[in-house]
Amino acid sequence: MFSGISGRLIAIAAVCLVCLWALLGPSLQGEEGSPLKLGLDLQGGTYLELQVSDPEGVMSPEARTDAADRAREIIGNRIDQFGVREPTIQRIGADRLIVELAGIQDVDRAKAIIEQTAFLEFKIVTDGMLLVERLPMLDSTVVAALGAEALPEEARTEPTQGLEDLFQQPDSGQEEEPEPPRSQLRPLTLLLLDSGEPGVFLVEGPQVETVESYLALPSVKARLPDEVTILWGTETRGVAGKIYHPLYVVDAEPLITGDYLVDAQAIRDPQFGTPIVPFQLTRQGGRIFERGTSRHVGDRMAIILDGKVQGSPPVIRDVLRDRAQIELGTGADLVEAQDIALVLRAGALPAPMEIIEERTVGPSLGQDSIDQGRTALIIGVVLVIILMIAYYRTAGLLAVLGLLIYVLIVIGGLAGLQATLTLPGIAGLILSIGMAVDANVLIFERIREEIEGGKTARTAVDSGFQHALSAIIDSNLTTLITAIILYQFGTGPVKGFAVTLSIGIVASFFTAVFVVRTFMLIWLERRSPTAELRI
Amino acid sequence: MRLFANADYKFLEQRKKAYMVSAALVVIGLLSIVLHGGLNYGVDFTGGTLFQIRFAEDVTAADVRGALGEAGFDNLQVQDFGARGEFIIRLAEFLEGADRELQTRVDQQFDESFGAGTYEVVRREGVAPKVGGELRQRAIGAVLISFLLTLIYLGFRFEWRFGLAAIIATVHDIAIVFGVISLLNIEISLPSVAAILTIIGYSLNDTIVIFDRIRENLKKLRRLPYIEILDRSINETLPRTVMTSGTTLAVLLALAIFGGAVIREFTIVLIVGIMIGTYSSIFVASPALLEVEQRSGGVRSKSDRRKVTATAG
Repeated sequence: MFSGISGRLIAIAAVCLVCLWALLGPSLQGEEGSPLKLGLDLQGGTYLELQVSDPEGVMSPEARTDAADRAREIIGNRIDQFGVREPTIQRIGADRLIVELAGIQDVDRAKAIIEQTAFLEFKIVTDGMLLVERLPMLDSTVVAALGAEALPEEARTEPTQGLEDLFQQPDSGQEEEPEPPRSQLRPLTLLLLDSGEPGVFLVEGPQVETVESYLALPSVKARLPDEVTILWGTETRGVAGKIYHPLYVVDAEPLITGDYLVDAQAIRDPQFGTPIVPFQLTRQGGRIFERGTSRHVGDRMAIILDGKVQGSPPVIRDVLRDRAQIELGTGADLVEAQDIALVLRAGALPAPMEIIEERTVGPSLGQDSIDQGRTALIIGVVLVIILMIAYYRTAGLLAVLGLLIYVLIVIGGLAGLQATLTLPGIAGLILSIGMAVDANVLIFERIREEIEGGKTARTAVDSGFQHALSAIIDSNLTTLITAIILYQFGTGPVKGFAVTLSIGIVASFFTAVFVVRTFMLIWLERRSPTAELRI
Repeated sequence: MRLFANADYKFLEQRKKAYMVSAALVVIGLLSIVLHGGLNYGVDFTGGTLFQIRFAEDVTAADVRGALGEAGFDNLQVQDFGARGEFIIRLAEFLEGADRELQTRVDQQFDESFGAGTYEVVRREGVAPKVGGELRQRAIGAVLISFLLTLIYLGFRFEWRFGLAAIIATVHDIAIVFGVISLLNIEISLPSVAAILTIIGYSLNDTIVIFDRIRENLKKLRRLPYIEILDRSINETLPRTVMTSGTTLAVLLALAIFGGAVIREFTIVLIVGIMIGTYSSIFVASPALLEVEQRSGGVRSKSDRRKVTATAG
């Protein structure tokens, strides 16, 4: 029998050693940080879920999955350059990504970097005549689509002196169109002011949304000239106390795209002090760029990032090859330039990604939670120890010893499986302590009954363990079922709860049924066989 | 020390009263849900944005509401949270969408109303409406699947009557817990669904321990009437029921008091659920087993009782 006990003790010692190694091994090998991986809710950080954005539904399911996979790599590159330790980026479902960033300070900046598509294009600014010619037709299209009553006040009044625009209705446009009454409404034309530069119109700040909505009308889109694209600029212009947004008419075909970009940096323009992003193209990209720009010396070139014209399009004075720069204009700061350089270096996302879920916990709240969780855990464990020893005395003490091994197994298990400890995870831990205690209670109560039934100490203990076993197995397995389902359906924190609960159940089963029983066997060996067993 | 040693309470005789208590609890809960206009779903399930904000200076909930009103948000809740000058704000809008324009509006308004740097957003949870709908479906799915699997497991380990009685008791618990959630105006979020699933697990655990004893006593005490076997089994397991519920509640109370505001609601739901679960395993599950046995004509017929042997450890 004693060899049985020593065999059991060796098994227990082995389990404890494995758990200790899982817990302390990494730091013994010189790795820094806590062996337990803390969840974002405990250490602070951001959880983001992104989805491939395809509002028009033009992508096939395969294309979406492919886009998500490639976006994962590119976002990974960007985050690496942004300098976040151990980010987690994984694809879930067909077209979604989960990004977890621990302990970051500037969440909004990180989000902007992740979310930015960073699609770079260079296009020549046209003289805008293609659009001007069609304006009368576009005006009547807007009126036809929305009805005259739906137009805002500004678009309905006839031009006043100050607003008298410079787009004299070209004759050609009027001849092509069946002519509406002379006093026709000109909702779009009235809002587009001449900037004095060819191919650039200005829209007053409050009217931007209106113009956008007109240009987004399907019937208007269909009638825009195919050869050009109409894009907003990032730089606003103030004239006479009013803010105007520039609208550029550029070639539809780009000279070149960011695909050929190899490097980008952010610096201050030595001359003007404004932030600029010089970049370099590949050899092949340089050749394409050279060919393109050589045909357009003297024209203005719009640098377009994610569909917005950056700064003020520069005039091409000379043929450009593999080097050029993006000017961000006066409103931008260097950080913004750095972020643009970063996303350009990491490459463009194959498709826009939109954030569909965000969970952010600030570092201070995380620290509060750790402190409070730790306090609660210690108080909870102390309460259990007091209750067990007061109620079951020596056997209770043995159960408490078992409980300590249980805690070691759970923490070692969490470290070994690299599971993440979250706040609900701590709750799960506490709950599984309750279950570990329950198993002991079941056994001890059963032993008490067996003793009352007249059995000797030794047989009472044996049959106590034996009879309590079926209830312990059933209750542990049903809880395990719940925990596994929770893991399947839960996100971050809830998953953490499921993980600690599952590890806790397994550990509690082992300690109650094996460890505590071993301790009781030793105890029975050492006491006088005739003494009455008191539990 | 021993509590409830050799207890001999006639629990089953009291079952009519227990039915009334249970019915009253369920009805009160349902009334509360109806009067509140349904359950209070959090942003996890409806979509929207929740943020917890901490002000350095004295700011009232009304100030916060006013500032957000100025920024053009009218569908919002502002709630005091923990310390003074700390609030939870819930907006129906998902601020991340559409180029984060709404988020910028909120930030600018707060900077304007309270001054930049005088506040800290310590937590933010944003869920797009479509994700909210998905999460709701997944939560309902999780509860139903866990039900189904448990039923299958119990059917395999016991016989179907035990499984049915256990499910009746669990449905009873969930109904009451939802009522309490509604009464305390706690919102249904992912953590509260986790709490509800935990309660299901705990309540089943409690019921199973008693059913395990009934199963054993049915084999051992064949001559006794069914109702006495039930009473006896409940009484025999009573010390364990009290001790386990007691320690679990003690730990949960420690968590509720010292664990911080973030998980307080989660813990309160668990505490209520465990008390209900303990009550139901005695006063609902066993009577339900009796009623099922009587209706299915299975009382004292041993032919279809599955023989279960416990494996020794």
